[in-house]
Amino acid sequence: MARQRVIVVGGGLAGLAATMKLAELGIDVDLMSLTPVKRSHSVCAQGGINSVNDVTRQQGDTEWLHFDDTVYGGDFLQHQPPVKEMTEWGPRIIDLMDRLGVPFNRTPEGFRDQRRFGGTLFKRTAFAGATTGQQLLYSLDEQVRRWEVAGKVTKYEFWDFLAPILDPQGVCRGCVAQDLVTMEIRAFRADAVIVGSGGCGLIYGRSTMSMACTGSAASRCYRAGAKYANGEFIQVHPTAIPGADKLRLMSESARGEGGRVWVPRRPQDPRPPRQIPESERYYFLEERYPKYGNLVPRDIATREIFNVCTREGLSVEAQRLAVYLDLTHIPRQILDIKLGGILEIYEKFQGVDPREVPMKIFPAVHYSMGGLWVDYEKSGSGGLNVGSPRNQQTNIPGLYAIGECDYQYHGANRLGANSLLSCIFSGLVVAPGVANRLESLHGGAAADQPASLYELAREDHQQAHQKLLRRSGGGENPYLLHQELGHVMTKAATVVRYNNELREAYDTVCELQSRVDKCSLSDTGNWTNQNVVFTKSLRDMFPLGRVILKGALQRDECRGAHFKPDFSMPGVEGKEPAERRRLAEAWCDRFEENTRKWLKSTVATHTADGEPALGYEDVDTSLMPPRPRLYGLIGAEVIEEAWKARAANKAAAANGNASGKGSPPAGPAANAGA
Amino acid sequence: MSHNGHPHPATFEIRVLRQDAPEEPSYWERHRLDWEPDLNITSCLQRIAAHPETTAGKPVAPVAYECNCLEEVCGSCTMLINGRTRQACSALVDKLLEDNSTEIELRPMSKFPVIRDLLVNRRRLFRALEKVKAWIPVDGYYDLGPGPRQSPEEQQQEYPLSQCMSCGCCLEACPQYTRLEVTHREGETEEALAGRERALYDQGFLGAHAISQVILFNTHPTGRLNADERTDVLMEEGGLQVCGNAQNCVAVCPKNIPLTTSIGRAGRATTLRAIKKWFDR
Repeated sequence: MARQRVIVVGGGLAGLAATMKLAELGIDVDLMSLTPVKRSHSVCAQGGINSVNDVTRQQGDTEWLHFDDTVYGGDFLQHQPPVKEMTEWGPRIIDLMDRLGVPFNRTPEGFRDQRRFGGTLFKRTAFAGATTGQQLLYSLDEQVRRWEVAGKVTKYEFWDFLAPILDPQGVCRGCVAQDLVTMEIRAFRADAVIVGSGGCGLIYGRSTMSMACTGSAASRCYRAGAKYANGEFIQVHPTAIPGADKLRLMSESARGEGGRVWVPRRPQDPRPPRQIPESERYYFLEERYPKYGNLVPRDIATREIFNVCTREGLSVEAQRLAVYLDLTHIPRQILDIKLGGILEIYEKFQGVDPREVPMKIFPAVHYSMGGLWVDYEKSGSGGLNVGSPRNQQTNIPGLYAIGECDYQYHGANRLGANSLLSCIFSGLVVAPGVANRLESLHGGAAADQPASLYELAREDHQQAHQKLLRRSGGGENPYLLHQELGHVMTKAATVVRYNNELREAYDTVCELQSRVDKCSLSDTGNWTNQNVVFTKSLRDMFPLGRVILKGALQRDECRGAHFKPDFSMPGVEGKEPAERRRLAEAWCDRFEENTRKWLKSTVATHTADGEPALGYEDVDTSLMPPRPRLYGLIGAEVIEEAWKARAANKAAAANGNASGKGSPPAGPAANAGA
Repeated sequence: MSHNGHPHPATFEIRVLRQDAPEEPSYWERHRLDWEPDLNITSCLQRIAAHPETTAGKPVAPVAYECNCLEEVCGSCTMLINGRTRQACSALVDKLLEDNSTEIELRPMSKFPVIRDLLVNRRRLFRALEKVKAWIPVDGYYDLGPGPRQSPEEQQQEYPLSQCMSCGCCLEACPQYTRLEVTHREGETEEALAGRERALYDQGFLGAHAISQVILFNTHPTGRLNADERTDVLMEEGGLQVCGNAQNCVAVCPKNIPLTTSIGRAGRATTLRAIKKWFDR
């Protein structure tokens, strides 16, 4: 049989992990990326990577608790077997990265140091300075370079993935891609195509994501028939530095060390902030949440900052949305010791010293929990059957998705420091499955497919490309359309969502989409034409934008990052114990009803007229039954009491039926996850 | 005009050295932009792309350039800004206008072949990482337990070296790092061109970034097991001996990597290696 090959699209953590592991398994890989792989977006991750470790284990931590924190943090929207497998691999993945030379911070005795992150009580997070993502990416990049020298990996850097190539039976047999320098369009044969192209933040205009995170590769798979799941779940980080070109992250530790969030009571007060007296400042988080103050949970901080600027019109600037994050009341030397690194980032990009002038910050789109729908094969112990060709495979046979562009690991909300783990894990776990697929390929290898399959696909894209270059007179400007798209998406589908606004945004996005076909190019040449490449990626943002908006519109509930005030469940306010208990029971009834109705993955399929067809799939919660997230809710104690009683009754009933699953019991319902 | 009490011009000009393709002549072009708060060079290039016309009102193609993270950690957007090699994302317009309030000059890096406008071919930089074997040659990716224990001091020595983002600033500033360019032959495939390119690069100077990577991997307890292989590369053509000790590299490194310290350590390592080889003859 002819030699088999695999194409990996995207050279971030997931793509590089997959490439390295496939090469070790003896498989030749073509690695394709918009940018030299060492420059991928994974470099932006700062905080760290989670796993159980020797210390936390002795404090009572287990892989099971990491699993529990992850599904609880994700509001139970993720299938549990892949998450269980991921958390079990966690310690081994950190060990592997350690062996590859990642300079993890060390304890005095020479062990890896760990810090604590949100959503857990354990110090589970290994880190390498403030650039953990960069350090992890570099070690994988180095290993892949080693395989490149050995001849197992061929890199196609500055190449744009245009589409998967499907045979008449609908099996993926390769892809079409374009060289961003010479503009050559080429068809590649492959026995499997693995897409690890990252998130889709650019659909929102500016976000914390890198310029390559257009979502175009995922969108092109979706248009070719791959399903896209849970698109409406987009994580927004409360504090980012608004820039003219992108939104840069400002760590939560600024508030942790005493930073105060405020706006002038007079809208757009023109005075320099430090000249505005205390009495004319509105410390809205402290006033509205006297108990938590500036350290309210992330989602609440995000919503309040957003509302104060948009609905209440109190943004500190007229042209731009921002609030003050003020550290100027803290002595300089203390700031330098505790927050030196992150203050330098602000200073570098804003040219202003945050020790002297309050920072201007605003929430920013940060992570796509949703992504290409992928399959898995569950093992007898509730994890994955490693080596199954189904793991990470989309509904198109032979087309796989890994990393941020799959939907599998974070449910409705991602915990900090879990993304680096999910990216490396999905990259490593896809490899043995793909290897087995290659062993037993039905219908022969890609090398045996007729040349016409590839030539026709290439020709189609070549013609579309030429047509785009030759199109004249439309008059639409792709960069301005992108700004409009970002504006509409950010306004309607980020922090607080209302159905009338989502409906309106959907119509606007459809209208913008019809205009994208009238874009006039300012560059019609055929050499390193970034104008045409951008226009293509813009065109492909619309299908996913519509998936996000329609998914958000139809999901009439609040779950994780998806918040609709019209469907929120207020806490329990009664005074009488009996009444409170009755209200708590009613609350639990409503929660259970909502779970039955909405604990489902949204699955979008592209249709011929461009309208996403949405379906809903049950979520595998066989390992850990869903329970409410009560953090910060009024009356949380009494709801928790009522919920625990119910859970105990159910467990007793289940034991009566002798159908125990052998899993450890659930943790407390209201642990401090945010 | 002023913003937050700071004076600024209403508009300013960006003067770009453009080139349509390799082997084409370069030419200057001016673009006038409205001043806005918080502009960096990347956002200027984005604005030029949205309204690509010269100051004189002539419609042109957008300026080609490379960028990705915009946080100065990916190394993509290196160029010459007012003559200085640096990243476009962290080059703030207000700071640049303090030096010259009417105009900002952009040029492509001069040590790498221009592909188009500000976009250059930096494959040579990555080729040097291949040549010095800048990786830990682990046995494989199956579970073999944790890596070697390391002191915090050792980690703190490695970490700065490991922050090298392959941006090329040290190479641009180095007098010994001269431009090497292969021109495309009629009918030649991209792969064949890349092969000729590699052969040429292997004769040229490795550069400070690659020398520093040798020190990084030779310091690591596992990497140290193959230290001689990497040190030997430093003693080949284009190796450490080419360094003229100008110390420009360390002055321009945006990540403040102690490149000259690495070069000093590499000097000691190659000397010891040469003596050992002489005795082993």
